[in-house]
Amino acid sequence: MSRPAHRRPEYHKINKDLFVLTYGALVAQLCKDYEKDEDVNKYLDNMGYGIGTRLVEDFLARSCVRRCHSYSEITDIIAQVAFKMYLGITPSVICNNSSRNEFSLILDKNPLVEFVEELPAGRSSLCYCNLLCGIIRGALEMVHLAADVTFLQDRLKGDSVTEIGITFLKKQDEKKHRRKK
Amino acid sequence: MADEALFLLLHNEMVSGVYKSTEQGEVENGRCITKLENMGFRVGQGLIERFTKDTARFKDELDIMKFICKDFWTTVFKKQIDNLRTNHQGIYVLQDNKFRLLTQMSAGKQYLEHASKYLAFTCGLIRGGLSNLGIKSIVTAEVSSMPACKFQVMIQKL
Repeated sequence: MSRPAHRRPEYHKINKDLFVLTYGALVAQLCKDYEKDEDVNKYLDNMGYGIGTRLVEDFLARSCVRRCHSYSEITDIIAQVAFKMYLGITPSVICNNSSRNEFSLILDKNPLVEFVEELPAGRSSLCYCNLLCGIIRGALEMVHLAADVTFLQDRLKGDSVTEIGITFLKKQDEKKHRRKK
Repeated sequence: MADEALFLLLHNEMVSGVYKSTEQGEVENGRCITKLENMGFRVGQGLIERFTKDTARFKDELDIMKFICKDFWTTVFKKQIDNLRTNHQGIYVLQDNKFRLLTQMSAGKQYLEHASKYLAFTCGLIRGGLSNLGIKSIVTAEVSSMPACKFQVMIQKL
């Protein structure tokens, strides 16, 4: 086509739209298939888990993250490198407790809900972005870190921000050379 | 582009998720393909709206098909359609010799029987895009040797 110059910035946006729209169509289909919100949330979480286990390899191949020595370093990397790489946003990190194994990611901008104004009627406990929780959980498990990842606050449900809580659980194996993330 | 990996993985999970929740049988297979195709349809409608916001009006059907083969395909799959054939009577065949969603799967005849599951979404994508450009169509896909595949578009005259 004869207008390559001003098209270039659009390509990137359309690509992101493709993922966002596909995700929306998926959630819509799931709402049609399952009546209970918990089922949809669980399905999204499992799907995210499957994606996360594979995405972490792509992530490690693309980024040159050095070995981490603490949970807060890992959470910083998730927020500043991984989220930036795949969704183009940088959530801020807060540590929730003194034993430093509970963290929160605060998302002030969430590209997944770009076309969503509000949750559909009767679906008030739907966690629209539950896929993200599953992805983080799956990715961490592939680097031998068990974690609980849930939504603590959700803008779509009326809260002021969207907050994802990551709680690192006790790890099973202590082999140091495997703790690379 | 890192976004591509995300979409690829999401697409694969969607296909396996849709199939996991059903049993064997021809009817179920058809139902799953329909589900995936309908999802692709909705996404195609939305995408083409965003994409053609600033483009000039299309002259005719062939112009629209060329747009799909070049700009649309390049944006979604990072490459153009390799070959477009038509009989000038409403049937178009789009050939992609290295279809992005199949390259990681196999290079030849292995897993050929599963290929159709991974093409259903894209068929819907094309059908949805055409629908919002004012063309009603039926889109099917066939694969003889991965990762090359052909999408056949049959325009329905209203």
